[in-house]
Amino acid sequence: MQELIERAKSLLEAGQVARVLGWKKGENVWDAEPAFFESADALDAFVYNGFCGANLSKYMIEAGKLEGKTLVFLKPCDSYSFNQLLREHRVDREKAYIIGVGCKGKLAISKIPFDGILNVSGADYPAAAEMLKVETLYGDVEIAYKEAMLERCHVCKGKEHVVYDELLGESCDTVDADRFAEVERIEAMSPEEKFAFFQQELSKCIRCNACRNVCPACSCRKCVFDSTAFDSAQKANTTSFEEKMFHIIRAFHVAGRCTDCGECSRVCPQGIPLHLFNRKFIKDINALYGEYQAGSDLETKAPLTCFTTDDAEPGVGRG
Amino acid sequence: MRRIGVFVCHCGSNIAATVDVKKVVEMALNEQGVVHAEDYPYMCSEAGQSRIAEAIKEKQLSGIVVCSCSPRMHEATFRKCAETCGLNPYLVEIANIREHCSWIHKDVEEATEKAVILMRAAVAKVHLNAPLQAGESAVTKRALVIGGGIAGIQTAIDIADAGYKVDIVEKTPSIGGRMSQLDKTFPTLDCSACILTPKMVEAASHENITIHTYSEVEKVSGFVGNFTVDIRKKARFVNMDKCTGCGVCQEKCPSKKPLNEFNRGLNTRTAIYTPFAQAIPNVPVIDPQSCIKLNTGKCGVCEKFCQVGAIDYTQKDEIITESYGAIVVATGFDTINLDKYGEYAYNESKDVITSLELERIMNAAGPTKGHLERLSDGKAPKEIVFIQCVGSRCSDQRGKPYCSKICCMYTAKHAMLIRDKYPDTNVTVFYIDVRTPGKNFDEFYRRAVEDYGVNYVKGQVGKVAPQPDGSLLVHGVDLLENKQILKKADMVVLATAIEPNPDVRKIATMLTASIDTNNFLTEAHPKLRPVESPTAGVFLSGVCQGPKDIPETVAQAGAAAVKVIGLLAKDKLKTNPCTAKADELRCNGCSQCANVCPYGAISYEVRQVNDHGIREDRRIAVVNSALCQGCGACTVTCPSGAMDLQGFSNRQIIAEVDAICR
Repeated sequence: MQELIERAKSLLEAGQVARVLGWKKGENVWDAEPAFFESADALDAFVYNGFCGANLSKYMIEAGKLEGKTLVFLKPCDSYSFNQLLREHRVDREKAYIIGVGCKGKLAISKIPFDGILNVSGADYPAAAEMLKVETLYGDVEIAYKEAMLERCHVCKGKEHVVYDELLGESCDTVDADRFAEVERIEAMSPEEKFAFFQQELSKCIRCNACRNVCPACSCRKCVFDSTAFDSAQKANTTSFEEKMFHIIRAFHVAGRCTDCGECSRVCPQGIPLHLFNRKFIKDINALYGEYQAGSDLETKAPLTCFTTDDAEPGVGRG
Repeated sequence: MRRIGVFVCHCGSNIAATVDVKKVVEMALNEQGVVHAEDYPYMCSEAGQSRIAEAIKEKQLSGIVVCSCSPRMHEATFRKCAETCGLNPYLVEIANIREHCSWIHKDVEEATEKAVILMRAAVAKVHLNAPLQAGESAVTKRALVIGGGIAGIQTAIDIADAGYKVDIVEKTPSIGGRMSQLDKTFPTLDCSACILTPKMVEAASHENITIHTYSEVEKVSGFVGNFTVDIRKKARFVNMDKCTGCGVCQEKCPSKKPLNEFNRGLNTRTAIYTPFAQAIPNVPVIDPQSCIKLNTGKCGVCEKFCQVGAIDYTQKDEIITESYGAIVVATGFDTINLDKYGEYAYNESKDVITSLELERIMNAAGPTKGHLERLSDGKAPKEIVFIQCVGSRCSDQRGKPYCSKICCMYTAKHAMLIRDKYPDTNVTVFYIDVRTPGKNFDEFYRRAVEDYGVNYVKGQVGKVAPQPDGSLLVHGVDLLENKQILKKADMVVLATAIEPNPDVRKIATMLTASIDTNNFLTEAHPKLRPVESPTAGVFLSGVCQGPKDIPETVAQAGAAAVKVIGLLAKDKLKTNPCTAKADELRCNGCSQCANVCPYGAISYEVRQVNDHGIREDRRIAVVNSALCQGCGACTVTCPSGAMDLQGFSNRQIIAEVDAICR
């Protein structure tokens, strides 16, 4: 972590960047949050540890409008989001200085199943421990680092950054699950079972909009759900079908552009596995048009926004 | 609030027999904003239109809904009617209660309910219609014909004779097409080449026609009156200006293995070749796959022998870009692949051939110099069996559901010619039906049976079994005698189904012209607009639209030419104002709309916008309304809903859906 701070300070001092976009210490170790740092002194509050899951790419839309370059720290998976935004002309590559930072898997406090947690240690970077020490009101306990990891890290896209100016720090392999296993489980359900599953999951939604606000693909200047010009927005707000409408429309809007960064599920306060919608689209796109990873590069044509004469013509109305 | 008039058409009994039109009128009067509603037997008639005109004036209507047939039939009629009364034509909406309702339902109550719903949707939409103004665009006075067979040649000549420039793009080294491969033509038995070559020469020497052979259409952009087309001129490796067509290169070429496509692969040709003697242009091409020099760097024989130095191994494909006002598709046909028809032993025996192969065998320039002989041993066949409908009128997935239309006639022709030239040869034809509906066609067929003694057997063949002695045992059935037939034959000829040239899919996609399930190009209307594609400015000529013989092809080619001439004669075209428009405050500048736009109508500019007091430079989509065809692909792709289609806005569509679901 110190290495990152030193490097950020030297770039700031050399005038190469005007500000730093990173993570700031919160009240608790697991409360690290995205933050801009305008000076070397401010960087004292900088943190980079296992709880820095937040993907900083989307903040670069606004940062790109400011004077001077912004130094941004991107984890390997975050760099896919940045690339996707670059493709969509939403971020300015010239205004970004990207440090590709290493990652050993990111943690979720919700995955640590103890009551009265006071502190978690062992989540430091680069020296992450095998076992996390969890201090609770009821005594100290331990949990394997891997067990406390976000779902997305178990199906990590890889250790390589797809866009960067320089690299700092090591990453490690965290994959131990099949990315599409859960999607396949749902696909195997009957229509009634599927409906019941999503009914149950989505009925938890409180429409806090966190998923939309954090999503790098949901970067519209004016979201259709905030617009008075669309009667559909009102519909999504007023009918009993609200949550489903909202999430299904959102899934369609990001289809083919979602990099599967997993932020939607990470920030959902109700623990809805929102990434499953996106992953179903990704799985179908892979099956119909060949393997495609949004944001992996700037050249590959996006299958849903290009047309070739040998495109698949999937039948309509399949279960 | 709009003052809306609803006009319900009976269409004689077409609508009124299934839909209670009085009820639709009654329900219309309950709709918000509807101040007038009436029904009439024929709304499209003069009298019907004058009722609309009167109502517009008397009731000061500011929006009109006509419940009638498809907008493809009469939308223009009613728009014009509104316009003459001073109402913007885009304030007219059609509720299709014929094709979408009365024609597909039997139950009056259900059909009426649906007609009311469709009316309601149209009323909901017209409330949100905005008056639109059509723009104008210029017409490029030049036509492109894709395909240089008889269809393309005839269309080109007719257009050129009217004084307009025409380009023919032909993918093979010569124009002429399938007709140049035929020996004789029915029902007059004149030699195909004798009637075709004068047309070829006429096209080639016409001052208004430019022929690009060995060329393919690579890319099409633009719209009616203003197409821009990239044409790939494949490397010929022979300089067309220098070559005299003496043919010495072909005599000397040591690479003699490639199959001769013109002779349907029945013999071979050289690597440098002209497909046939009357080829136009009479300039050979080098087939880069088989040329020794191009593959190994050694050889160069043709270059050495060429007196005029026309050989150029360094030639490269060249892409030329041309502008056209109209495009005619004349891509023709091929016979289907017979791999799925193992029972006829086509792939097993050299003596089972297709009818097109027989044309080449009977032609003096063909692989056997016109002698009818077995390809296996060169012997003269004494017993020949023709099998009809191989892959045509087929109910399973192997073949085509349609009748190929030409086979009955050419088989009668083949049978007759063989019996005439080789009287000691027996000819048997197995058929399902004999179809001869054309001028002098049935007389022709009857001559084959009555004067030439061709043995016609109503029934199909189940199997052709090659025998150890080289003969073919044909297992057939005679349905009239109700008995099985086992016939030993020396040669079997298959009337193989024809299908559109496989390239047509690619071309149709480039032109955004629609094709049916059999890959035939679709007409704008099967009866009333048979030579126009639904895509404005794209016309159809020949078999690419459906199976047809030479006289029909030539007639259709002329009809397509007339449509092209009618278009090119105009100086300006009215453009469709139903184009897309980007809302600058919602546009993200993400380029997704530009990626999906098939017309290249969307570009971007960085400009200052004032978003509720915040001024900033933003990348904004800009639609070129001259290029936009209003397909709406961008509107559904845009994640923020910034793209909207005028005349079919998101709000209008949602209002329609709401009205339907109410």
